[in-house]
Amino acid sequence: MLGYTLLAILAASVAGYWMNRAAARKIAAGGERLHSVAPFHGAYALALTGLPALILVVLWLLFEGFVIEAVVMQSLPPEQVDGRSPGELSLLESEIQSIAQGRIFGEPPDWKLEAARYLNALRGNADLALFAVVVAALGLGLWVARRRVSAAFRARHSVERVMSALMIFCSLVAIATTLGIVLSLIYESIRFFERVPITEFLFGLNWEPQIPIREGQVAGSGAFGWIPVFVGTLVITTVALTVAVPVGILSAIYLFEFASRPVRGVIKPVLEILAGVPTVVYGFFAVLVVAPAIRSAGDALGIPVAPNTALAAGSVMGVMLIPFISSFTDDALAAVPGSLRDGSLALGATRGETILKVLFPAAIPGIVGGVLLAVSRAIGETMIVVMAAGLIATLTINPLDSVTTVTVQIVTMLIGDTAFDNPKTLSAFALGLMLFLVTLSLNVLALRIVRKYRELYD
Amino acid sequence: MTDASASSGLGPVRRIDWQAPELKRRRAQRHRTDIWLQSLGVGAVAIACTMLAILVGSLVYSGWPAFTQTFINLEFEVTAEQVPPDNPERGEFRDIVRDAVLDLIPDVPEDQHRQLTSILSNGAQYQLRDLIVANPGLIGETVALAVPVSDPFDQLAKGLIDRDTDEASRRLDDREIAWFARLQQMGVVETQLNTYLLTNADSRFPELAGLKGALWGSFYLILVCFVISFPLGIGAAIYLEEFAPKNRFTDIVEVNINNLAAVPSIVFGLLALAVFLNWFELPRSAPLVGGLTLSLMTLPTIIIASRAAIKAVPPSVREAALGVGASKHQTVKDFVLPLAMPGIMTGTIIGLAQALGETAPLLLIGMNAFITQAPDGVMDASTALPTQIFIWADSPERGFVSRTSAAICVLLCFLITMNALAVYLRNRFERSW
Repeated sequence: MLGYTLLAILAASVAGYWMNRAAARKIAAGGERLHSVAPFHGAYALALTGLPALILVVLWLLFEGFVIEAVVMQSLPPEQVDGRSPGELSLLESEIQSIAQGRIFGEPPDWKLEAARYLNALRGNADLALFAVVVAALGLGLWVARRRVSAAFRARHSVERVMSALMIFCSLVAIATTLGIVLSLIYESIRFFERVPITEFLFGLNWEPQIPIREGQVAGSGAFGWIPVFVGTLVITTVALTVAVPVGILSAIYLFEFASRPVRGVIKPVLEILAGVPTVVYGFFAVLVVAPAIRSAGDALGIPVAPNTALAAGSVMGVMLIPFISSFTDDALAAVPGSLRDGSLALGATRGETILKVLFPAAIPGIVGGVLLAVSRAIGETMIVVMAAGLIATLTINPLDSVTTVTVQIVTMLIGDTAFDNPKTLSAFALGLMLFLVTLSLNVLALRIVRKYRELYD
Repeated sequence: MTDASASSGLGPVRRIDWQAPELKRRRAQRHRTDIWLQSLGVGAVAIACTMLAILVGSLVYSGWPAFTQTFINLEFEVTAEQVPPDNPERGEFRDIVRDAVLDLIPDVPEDQHRQLTSILSNGAQYQLRDLIVANPGLIGETVALAVPVSDPFDQLAKGLIDRDTDEASRRLDDREIAWFARLQQMGVVETQLNTYLLTNADSRFPELAGLKGALWGSFYLILVCFVISFPLGIGAAIYLEEFAPKNRFTDIVEVNINNLAAVPSIVFGLLALAVFLNWFELPRSAPLVGGLTLSLMTLPTIIIASRAAIKAVPPSVREAALGVGASKHQTVKDFVLPLAMPGIMTGTIIGLAQALGETAPLLLIGMNAFITQAPDGVMDASTALPTQIFIWADSPERGFVSRTSAAICVLLCFLITMNALAVYLRNRFERSW
């Protein structure tokens, strides 16, 4: 039914366009001078017919579910509803929903079947009602648009106003996304902090999110201190940066100063390929190749290496970050004015001396900005660590040990289990909030450093 | 120079003897530093290239076996007693399959029949069933059909199981290996291209598992992502580049877009979980939700690329259009946008390629479920290519290791194609002014 509704909107809009354009052309053919050319009259009809109908459909779909559910819950026999807690009511609601979709477990009582039937009937009626309302709106739009066609009508101005409004709406989507992220993270985190004190979360040294699912189960009471998780993240980030920073900067220097043009033409795309490989591929690579290699190297040297060593995940993440660091270094070196370089070479410095003593110090702010962005990337990176790092939070800085990270914990908390009333799942949102804050401040700092540095030479 | 300094009365000029041993030594040292720096740079580039080579090489090497599959040509006697002609779906195909294998290796005691039948994939009986259901005329005849062998024997046929290791730590015992060797001698074993990899959906059995569901899921994801983020991205880019007044609000939008591009992908997953799944109650694992999430992530990329493309259109084009009486909107629609389109398309394709490889947010909205059917639309539960890779990488069966690598090869092929298309568009259509 929704398909037909959308089809009707499309057909009516196109029809409106043709209708109004033809009408405007007819006026023009009659010798009158139009204010706006005919296609604008058409576009006016298109906007007036299609847009309100589309908005109507979106709003309807957003609220249909809530309204129908409320009506169905109202219709339930009062003796079944009275005295139930909100949690039980929402359970009842989803039970009726699944009965309505034909997934019946056991033998539900008649009043539930009745409610499910009522729900399906309401849904069918709602679809029909939506179609009828949309057709009415389309008709109204067409009628109004057709009436407004005249030589003096400023169709172009109206159409351009609508276009501007649409474009502003597009720009607002980005803001709405940020707001959505911040609000949803804060909302769920507050629900988490209602159950676990915020001080325990921020300063606790234990992360054991096992909670008893049933009453009296022996599972520990759960501890939610994020310090060990964050330290684990930092360990892996450090390993990644010790790989990525030297390799990235040195290769950028080589490509910038020493490599011939054809060599650069080959190497740069190769480095870009490294940046384009999906992280899930890196994760599998870490499990398949790097972790066994590190383990056998450890065995050969007689050093005990944990199976999920932070070294494996960290070094693979470092490989992923090489192109990132190298392209930022390249940009920073290229942004240093040529006069500095020419001056240094003219004084008799070698190329190496020019790079090390003139260009590199001048480029350092840009490079630092790039490294900070790389840190933020490493902290937020998920798939490599989910596949190659550990699950248990141990407070250690030994990269040979198994550590866990913020992102790993978020994923493990939220895979499968989605009951949103226990601290275990809610803790993922608190971790997400911390992750967002940390990466955001790193990004803001990095962008500020980079921008300031660019202004220095512009 | 020398004359001037000599005449200024500063005394005789000290001529530097560049060939003096001391200076030669210093010069050599300075050049040595240069060479050191250069070789460090070469080393760094070599490390990066080697890692890429190892990455691609190990994935291709480990994924290669999954592109073929071992089959056994069997003759099944489909009798009317075992398969009722009026209801062929209820036939006893398991028994028919077992008898077919027993025909080839008859001298097996009763208690080993089960072990013997396990040479064949569990899917063999269903394959036979589907064939008979489609052609009921075959009942009462002998049907020749190539059926896949199960994963351990597939590995054996490909030489991936070392016959010299201790029997206890091997996945197949000596008896099973002997049976399989007999089958090979009879000439009924053959290796074919593994079409299941693309035509089957996911399965518990590695030899039957394929990427069909994941490919369709990824297709719907990218479709939704494109339909949403492309118009929104262009609209926002045009507004910010051509119409927006320079004020505080515009600044905020701009800073916000830049920061959004650097937000970790998992945070978008949390947003999707809290808003799309919990609040709007959209279905779990649906490509629609995944596509919405990915489009929010791709939007900043597309906006930034589109703005760069629009900015690259020279102002003279705008001035000429405005000069002959076009309105600002007409200028943008008829002149700036067409000229910026190649750049916008390039940015969009690169953004979509990123979205295609994105995994973490899809895990949080449940696109890593075990689903054995390809989705029929954007509301059906489905997996996607990267999440399928994640699922298979987590599976303990040996056969899934090579299938994971093969799936990665498929994903990388798509990414390479998309990026090549982007490069082609850039080189073919982009103009320098």
